[in-house]
Amino acid sequence: MLLEVRDLHVEFHTRDGVAKAVNGVNYSVAEGETLAVLGESGSGKSVTAQAVMGILDMPPGRISGGEILFKDRDLLKLKADERRRIRGQEMAMIFQDALSSLNPVLSVGQQLGEMFVVHRGMSRGDARAKAIELMDRVRIPAARERVGDFPHQFSGGMRQRIMIAMAMALEPSLIIADEPTTALDVTVQAQVMDLLAELQRELNMGLILITHDLGVVADVADKIAVMYAGRIVETSPVHEIYQAPAHPYTKGLLRSIPRLDQKGQELYAIKGLPPNLLHIPPGCAFHPRCPMAQAVCRTDVPPLYTVDEERRSACHFWKETLDAR
Amino acid sequence: MHADDAGREGLSGGSTLLTGAREADRTRPYAEGDPILEVRGLVKHYPLTRGILFKKQIGAVRAVDGVDFDLAAGETLGIVGESGCGKSTVAKMLVHLEPPTGGVIRYKGEDVTKLSGRALKAVRRNIQMVFQDPYTSLNPRMTVGDIIGEPYEIHPEVAPKGSRRQKVQDLLDVVGLNPEYINRYPHQFSGGQRQRIGIARGLALNPEIIVADEPVSALDVSVQAQVVNLLDRLQAEFSLSFVFIAHDLSIVRHISDRVGVMYLGRIVEVGTDEEIYDHPTHPYTQALLSAVPVPDPSAREHRERIILHGDVPSPANIPSGCRFRTRCWKAQERCEREVPLLAVPAVFRDSGTPARHDSACHFAEEKRVVPPEERREGPGAAGEAQPHPPDEDTPGSGGTDEGGGEGR
Repeated sequence: MLLEVRDLHVEFHTRDGVAKAVNGVNYSVAEGETLAVLGESGSGKSVTAQAVMGILDMPPGRISGGEILFKDRDLLKLKADERRRIRGQEMAMIFQDALSSLNPVLSVGQQLGEMFVVHRGMSRGDARAKAIELMDRVRIPAARERVGDFPHQFSGGMRQRIMIAMAMALEPSLIIADEPTTALDVTVQAQVMDLLAELQRELNMGLILITHDLGVVADVADKIAVMYAGRIVETSPVHEIYQAPAHPYTKGLLRSIPRLDQKGQELYAIKGLPPNLLHIPPGCAFHPRCPMAQAVCRTDVPPLYTVDEERRSACHFWKETLDAR
Repeated sequence: MHADDAGREGLSGGSTLLTGAREADRTRPYAEGDPILEVRGLVKHYPLTRGILFKKQIGAVRAVDGVDFDLAAGETLGIVGESGCGKSTVAKMLVHLEPPTGGVIRYKGEDVTKLSGRALKAVRRNIQMVFQDPYTSLNPRMTVGDIIGEPYEIHPEVAPKGSRRQKVQDLLDVVGLNPEYINRYPHQFSGGQRQRIGIARGLALNPEIIVADEPVSALDVSVQAQVVNLLDRLQAEFSLSFVFIAHDLSIVRHISDRVGVMYLGRIVEVGTDEEIYDHPTHPYTQALLSAVPVPDPSAREHRERIILHGDVPSPANIPSGCRFRTRCWKAQERCEREVPLLAVPAVFRDSGTPARHDSACHFAEEKRVVPPEERREGPGAAGEAQPHPPDEDTPGSGGTDEGGGEGR
């Protein structure tokens, strides 16, 4: 296994108390595999990724438990400089907002080339040639002429391509993409997603795709982990989860999306609001919003039940959820 | 919430939106059944200047470049397009936040762009806006009561001083918030609740038209559905007309009676939701529809995807002829020379199919990109799902009553 997150706990110390952002998350990614982590804002999907990447703000954040095994080494036990060597070379991250993630006063060529100067000790000239090569690879037209341009001179889709190029530069074995296409228009979204999937295949990388968009995931992911209130509530290969969700939250999410191919009457809506991380409901965190909740849900935290060989669901009533369709 | 199509068509002689004969209507008084809002040739250009002391105009950003549409009373018109297509600028001009460079906006037959003073104030009362971002469109230092009640300061005739608090509480109740929250501040609410506050503010003056600019795009999926349902309900309850602007095609289909697709400052195709989604004839609409990710992996096999190349050109430098031609796979020499008009394409003029609707393309051709069979697949297929009012869910019963037709 390339990456294995085991029982990860992350909390944030705020003035109002301790916000439990991640409460025992387990997931794994193999080489060449795409794992989609799905969740709404505050579900802990990005915080988990930041902990893996080692870019969590500490304080106020604190990893209060768990292991992150990357190529069989626990990242949480490494020294800062060892981690820095892994970051960028062996794992890289693509962020949502390319404009604020790129340095506005350096040309994209300099920013891309810097990777090679710092990690590979190349000369400026060689690094520049490498930068042009990378821009070609992510299909930025006229790379040679544009290598000296600044981020603001590129469109949103092109900037996201530059982010991808930067992440791919040192051919890492794991890429974490946090909402990589959320800020883009639909027609550009498709281009960027296709590019990402293609490069991943080519380099046989592991890819963690963090998103709130069930649509984007359907096209590229191999397996999906759905998060709610800092826990994984369901994991499944991609096909099954859309056909037969085994957790009421996943089911509610799928039903609440308006569909392109029909004019519905009233949309199904999950009642209530996502929980406040300072006061996560006892028992199953989803129970106040769940149409299937029973007394046991208010007291017992559901473990990840085995639905079948590849599927898990953290619902006491996963069987009923499956049958109830 | 269905369009008063008969009235609209009767007025324009059964023809389309863009007829010269329409100009004659200008002098006619507003009659029952006429469109409540008529937009003709709406233009907004932002000048590009050079020099500091002696500013010289060197060009213009043509954000909106000739937009025409009608809005019938009680109808929802959806406007979709990518960022930079001018859809938000249209919204701002409709509520008079931006003065148009040219064109007319007729509210009940009266050209709003020429009004000022008291007459303008009266019209603005009737056209209200709901903004996209519930985090920045509410003043953090004002209580919810002050935010929702602020419109009454400008239009005191709507609610006499003594009755305002009660009115605000009624509004909170209408949008599904606890009326006791009247003294709370925006930061004490979640995104979805804040958007409800924004909607309550939009309703405060009992407007006839609400212009909603991306009202749900900042919200989480589970909350988005609640707000969409609320808008739907309010429209029926207060017989509102909606202009609903969004980039999300699925939501627009859900809420709209008619849909206009915008590209680079113009509407390129307009029609009923069925005409646009099931029988699109403009290549841009087809590409847009095919690019929407569908939450169903089995749909991907029997679904053709049109991937457009390149980016939207800059509105400061719009291509000649058809503005979509630089990204269009059908583009020919004619597209470079001749601007296609928004009208029923000649090929469909005599056909009785839903393909007969306005489309600004020289080579319009029907192409179904959303396969109809998706209707009956997956748990997301709300077609058979009973609508679930959120509060009526009882333990054990919700989510269990979906019909068959879903293969496992």
